[in-house]
This record gives sequence, structure tokens and C-alpha cells, in this order.
Amino acid sequence: MRIRVKFAKYGALRFIGHLDVMRFFQKALRRAQIDVAYTGGFSPHQIMTFSAPLGLGMSSFGEYMDVEIHSHQGKEDFLNRLRAVCPEGIEILDAKALPAGTQNAMAGVAAASWEIGFSDPHKSFEKLKENLPGFLAQEEIFVTKEGKKGPRQVDIRPGIHECAIREGKLCILADAGSSGNIRPEEVTERFLSFCKEAMPDHPSAFTVLRRETWENAGTPEAPKFQPLDAMGEDF
Amino acid sequence: MRKLALNDEILLKIEKPARYIGGEVNSVMKDPKQVKVRFAMCFPDVYEIGMSHLGIQILYDLFNRYDDVWCERVYSPWVDLDGIMRKEKIPLFALESQDPVRDFDFLGITLQYEMCYTNILQVLDLSGIPLLAKDRTDREPIVIGGGPCTYNPEPIADFFDLFYIGEGETAYRQLMDVYLETKAAGEGREAFLLRAAREVPGIYVPSLYEVRYGEDGTIASFLPVKEGVPKTVRKEIVMDLDSVPYPQKPVVPYVKATQDRVVLEIQRGCIRGCRFCQAGQIYRPVREKGLETLKRYAVEMLKNTGYEEISLSSLSSSDYSHLEELVEFLMETCREQKVNISLPSLRIDAFSLDVMGKVQDVKKSSLTFAPEAGSQRLRNVINKGLTREDILHGAGLAFEGGWSRVKLYFMLGLPTETEEDIRGIAELSNDIAALYYETVPKEQRTGPVQIVSSTSFFIPKPFTPFQWAKMCTKEEFLEKAALTKRSIREQLNQKRIKYNWHEADVSVLEGVFARGDRRVAEVILKAYQKGCLYDAWGEYFKNDLWLETFEQCGVEIGFYTTRQRKEDEIFPWDFLDCGVNKSFLWREWERAQRGEVTPNCRAQCQGCGAARFKGGVCLEARKEHEE
Ligand code: SF4
Repeated sequence: MRIRVKFAKYGALRFIGHLDVMRFFQKALRRAQIDVAYTGGFSPHQIMTFSAPLGLGMSSFGEYMDVEIHSHQGKEDFLNRLRAVCPEGIEILDAKALPAGTQNAMAGVAAASWEIGFSDPHKSFEKLKENLPGFLAQEEIFVTKEGKKGPRQVDIRPGIHECAIREGKLCILADAGSSGNIRPEEVTERFLSFCKEAMPDHPSAFTVLRRETWENAGTPEAPKFQPLDAMGEDF
Repeated sequence: MRKLALNDEILLKIEKPARYIGGEVNSVMKDPKQVKVRFAMCFPDVYEIGMSHLGIQILYDLFNRYDDVWCERVYSPWVDLDGIMRKEKIPLFALESQDPVRDFDFLGITLQYEMCYTNILQVLDLSGIPLLAKDRTDREPIVIGGGPCTYNPEPIADFFDLFYIGEGETAYRQLMDVYLETKAAGEGREAFLLRAAREVPGIYVPSLYEVRYGEDGTIASFLPVKEGVPKTVRKEIVMDLDSVPYPQKPVVPYVKATQDRVVLEIQRGCIRGCRFCQAGQIYRPVREKGLETLKRYAVEMLKNTGYEEISLSSLSSSDYSHLEELVEFLMETCREQKVNISLPSLRIDAFSLDVMGKVQDVKKSSLTFAPEAGSQRLRNVINKGLTREDILHGAGLAFEGGWSRVKLYFMLGLPTETEEDIRGIAELSNDIAALYYETVPKEQRTGPVQIVSSTSFFIPKPFTPFQWAKMCTKEEFLEKAALTKRSIREQLNQKRIKYNWHEADVSVLEGVFARGDRRVAEVILKAYQKGCLYDAWGEYFKNDLWLETFEQCGVEIGFYTTRQRKEDEIFPWDFLDCGVNKSFLWREWERAQRGEVTPNCRAQCQGCGAARFKGGVCLEARKEHEE
């Protein structure tokens, strides 16, 4: 059976990369002595998948990992075991059993919600707020993406589903995953430029938090976003 | 939450920031207010290399078992961060607490290879600790050196307050207690060092010895300057390896370290006595760990780390008495837990091939032989008890078992080496390739046989029978490598043989450091100040800068490398006692020149001197004689 684990990543562990997170969980599952399923062959691998990679330096409360297991002693036991082997900075939030046929954690990703905080208390926060309706009223928002054939202009407006300012943070819900990945920095940069504000030149001048990763239970035209583990069940 | 020493801006700018954040699984956190001794344990190279080192994990675990001690780790910041720390004046910090190393009681630096010497200075410098021991005050940590390079600590003696000679498990507690006593008595660094030298075994305090040189530049006398300081310092050694702690919860890094697996140390020392090998002498006598102990460790360590691989560690695993039982147990356990086994330093024979065939993909793996020399004559000189027949027999068995890749390791520039010996490297490589075609019928061949022959340059090391030998010049080395290459190209199967060789410049420098004396310290200091760092990393090694610095300091390279030593020369390391007598080493040096092989410790004790430790293989051998 397949378990979808939801976890958070924050603090010092913002600085370990995606591959290292994967390696971390491979070992953590062994330490937790969870009955993980392996591939065959000379060097067997755990059967696991991760949702969209998180950029270095960002925190998240909405990371997901699928892992195939043979047996378990209930959800509480599963969570306790895993929590006992995780260091400060990786927090196991939940675990759900997936119904057969569910897309894997990577393929299922449709969108992500982000919270952008500015480390220097923004002088003209009111101005940002005022500009938001105008920013969203635009029909097109172009960003430059580096592609195989060189840079190209891409319209990200259709992929931005929500943009708001709450508690001094810029909150964005935008497409993620293979369907069209919109990076939170891109939206932030476009928005600041719309407000005639310069983008801070070093990435640490603002903090990025991924609040949740979503799948689309509706259609591409009429999306209905729900958390990536919404269809999972307790076990 | 732990506060990091580096801010986000820096962490996002540098390569692999996870090297500097600490907080790894099994790392130890303590309340600084609850401990009396803060110990920073340093491996002076980049994190991924340093984290792979077993010795630090052993001492880290041992020290943190003491309630009043908190041991933390420090590694060399990589060149990118190095620049930032200097520019922004950020002091070097320990990973766990992220506190500046400068405020610790001790900074222990492990010395695993000579080419890290400038990195020692980097660590001191970034910490804000004066580079020269004589300039330090009571405010700075006591700087300790340990590890194999302390068997000739002289080229770096000026940078250290003291060296701990030998295995760390035995005398560190006593050293810390003396420290706490002197501190409680309100006495400073000098008082502590004097007491440590006088009272604690295995401790060498360089400032308490005076070296005088004769007219020919060799050492005339090497004597303690204070009463009660020992004239010779004997290495520390653990006689019962089952009785000392072993890190069953080693720290597991987030970034992939070079050694990304459980390391199970099965024994210390080596019975073989290869004459070029320092480890084979300084860790004498061989002491094994018990089979049951090892089984327990393996299970515990896999559980505590979650590693997907386990590796045996020793100088020559095939000589471990219970190898078969241990490997069988591991294969059983690992199959259940889906753990890979890696078995380095195994002699290639029917047993090891059988095991390797079971634990690895034969098609993807390669066999390794280390004949070290191309001809039987020269192998006798170096006492490498591996014959041409052994190698061909092992390779034949392996080819039948499905292997088709072979790696061969040789040394160039060994004492008495001739052109014929060098040609032997090519011939042996060729014979192995030819054997493949003889052994494996056409229809069973999975592809062409691949031989990779690599040569390194021989560097005479202290406490080996070759400590008297002359080392080659760079030009001689390069000629030898060119001849090897030419001879390989003349072989029938030359297309199947790939040849790799080492840089010669760095070998020459390593030769100076290996047998250098205190006069070399000035060169290391100046070279560092001019920008030499990470010399073990080819892309950062600045040979011209080194040569220029030797010139400036008036230190002649040839004096340390190409000079043939006399029997009675006082070596810079002679004041150390590693258990093996100088007279034994001289006897071996003479036998080497006559091409005489010396049996290993198990076959026949040679009376090397290590029996004074009353244990290990020395007692084993004696028992047999009595029976
Ligand atoms: S005393 Fe004999 S058995 Fe012991 S290490 Fe020396 S040679 Fe080997």
C-alpha cells in the first residue's frame, strides 16, 4: 500500500537541497524501521516519490512524499516512528493511505501556495496593497524563462489563481508542477516592478514559505484545488 | 531553534550550505552551561571528506559520553566561504553550537595526510587563533594534533601546543582532567602544558624540546628542556579493542559524504609488514575485535543511522581471523534489510570472489589488485607477499566468475627499481588481459576485458624500513611514468590497458613534509600566507608558489627528499616510540636491499619490538610457539 506523508521543512534545514531531503528520508524510514517496499536487483531502492522540489533557503509546510510499504501498525504508530527519527527542521505533519490508482506525489502537483515576507519592513506596504487589484487586472504578465532554445517570453497571468496581502506577507496561489511551474520569485518580481519598486538584489532579502501543495480535482478550465493528500485516508 | 553563525545571504551565496549548518542526525547537543570542557574536533579539509573519517567519529562519541565535556565538529570552510569569512571577519565556528572556535578550551586537529598542512593554518587563522603556538595566550584554546602525521610532527610543530601520539581512546580523559585542575588552580597554558608533558602518557609538547643541528644539517641532539619531560614519547595504544567504546550512533550527514555508509572497524594494525607502508608499522601489533562485538555493532549502527551500505574497515580485511563468519552474518542481515555490503582490502581468492559475486553486480564491478611493483624481484624488496601466480590465479578465477574489469595499483620510484621492473608493470597488465582471452570462451565474453593500471610515486615515510631511502626527483618520476606508458603501449593487448599516473610535484612536496624537521615550518607558514591552501586538491595546488617559498626561506628540498640517510642519523621523529625498534627497521632495510622476504607476524614473529605492548598478534604467535 502507498502512504502519502506530509511534512514541513524549516529553520536550518532550509539549506539542504532536494536530493539531500530524499536521501534523508531513505535513511529515516530505515531508522524508523518501517516496512518499506523495495525494488529488486543488486542495489534495491525504496519505492518512493516526492512532490515538487523546494528551492534552497525556502521553508515549507506543505511537502509530500509517497512511500510504498508492505505492512504497518496503524497511522499513529507510523507517525510516531517517523517523528522519533526526524531532527529539528523536518516535521512530519500527517500520513494518509492512498486509494489505488492515485497519481503519485510528483505527477499530482497542480499548484502551490506561497507566502513571501520581506525582511526589511517594507516602507510602502500600503502602496503594495493599493496596487494589487491593478496588478491582477492585467490580462497578461510576461516573464522571461530560460528554455532549451534560449530565453523566451511566457505569460504567467493565467497560472496565477490568487494574490493577496495578508499579515504583511504577499500570498500567492499559482500553478506548479509539470503543467506550468510558476516560481514565487517571478510573481514577486513582476508585482514589485508593477508597484515601481525594485526587487531586492539578494535572495535573502525576502523569505519564501510554501504553505501548501495542491492537486486539481476539477478541470484545467475550472480548477478545484485541494491539498495533495485530500483523497488519502487514515489507516 | 538553533541560530546559525552564517546569515541567509551568505548561505544562499555559497556552494553546499548544508556543510555549515550542523544539526545532523546523531549530532550531539549539550547545554554549554552544564559542561566544563568545550572541545572542537577538526578535520582540516572540506566537510564531505572530514565527515567520512572514522577517527573523529570515535573521539566525538567518546568525549560526548563524558557529562562535563561537549565535543563539536569543525571542518575547513571551502574556498568560497573562506573568502567571505575573511572579508566579513566572521570567526570560524563549530557546527553544533555555531559558537566561535576561539572560545573553546581545546581545538583538536586530526592529521591524516601531509597535504592538509596549509589547511591547519586556515582553520587557526579563521578562528582568530595565533598561528604560532608561542604567540598564544591563556585566552585561546589549546591546539592539539593527532592522527598518523603526528608520527613526524616536526614540520608543523610550531603550530601546535601539543600532540597526542597514538590511539585516542586511552589518555584524553587524563589530559582533560589535568587541564581542569590547572584551570581550577588559576594556572595558565604554560603550566598545563608542562604538567601534560610530564604526567600524561603519549603527550608531546614541542615547545619543551630543543633541537640542535650539526654542520651537515642533520640533527645533532633533540632533548627536553625541562626536568621531568620524557626524552622519548611512547604512542598510546588500546590493547583490548572490545573494551573501548565504538560510535554506534555515528553522525549522519545530510550532504553525501565520501564515505556514505556504516564503517565497521574490524581490527587495527596489519601483520604483513610491507616495507613502504607506514600504517603497517605504527599500528603494530595487530589487534582484532571479537566477532560477537562486531555483529552487535553492525546491527546497532544500521539501525541508528539508516545507511543503506556497510563497509568493513581495516588495513587487510582478509587477515581477520573470523572473516568468513562475519561476512556470512552480514550477508544474512543485509539481505533482510536490503543493505549493500562493500568489502575493500580483500585479497582476491576463491572465498572473496564467492562473497563478492553474491553481494555485487559482477558485470558492473571491478577487481582490485595492488601488486605495488611490476617484478617479483622488486615485490620481494618491498616485502609485498603477492606473487605473479597469486595475481594470475585470482584474475583467472574472477574471469571465470564473470568479471572483466581489473584495476592494478603500482608504485614508481621504489628503492632499487630498474627499467626492467617498470617494464614488468606493462607485462603484468598485458598478461592479465591475455589471460582473459585464454580463460573466457568467445561466446561467454560480455565485452572486452578492461585493465586499468595506476601508478603513484613512492614517498619514503618515517617508521618504515625505507625511512633511510632516497626519494626520486620530479624529473626521475616523470621519466619513470613515461617509460611505463611506453612499455604499456608496446604490449599486444595495449588497447585493453588504460594507464593513469599521479602528479609528481605534489609527491615531492609530500616527501619533504613526510621526513621534514622544524625548519620546514617556516616554509609552510609563508606559503600559506602567500595563498597556498587546499594543496590536496589538484586545482588549488600552487607548485610555483611553493618552490618560490622554499627558495626564499633557504630550505633545500633535496635535503629532505633525495638524500640517502646514514644508519645512525638522528631522525626528527626518533624521539617517538611507536613500539617498533629502529634496529628492526634497519634490519628490514638491509634485507630489502638483498631482496629478502620477511614472513608476516602470524607466520613468524620478527621481534620488531611491538611485543612490549603485551597483546594482539604478538601473544597469539607466542602461544603457538609454546604449544
Ligand atoms: S613483535 Fe612479532 S608478532 Fe608482534 S608485531 Fe612485532 S613482529 Fe609482529
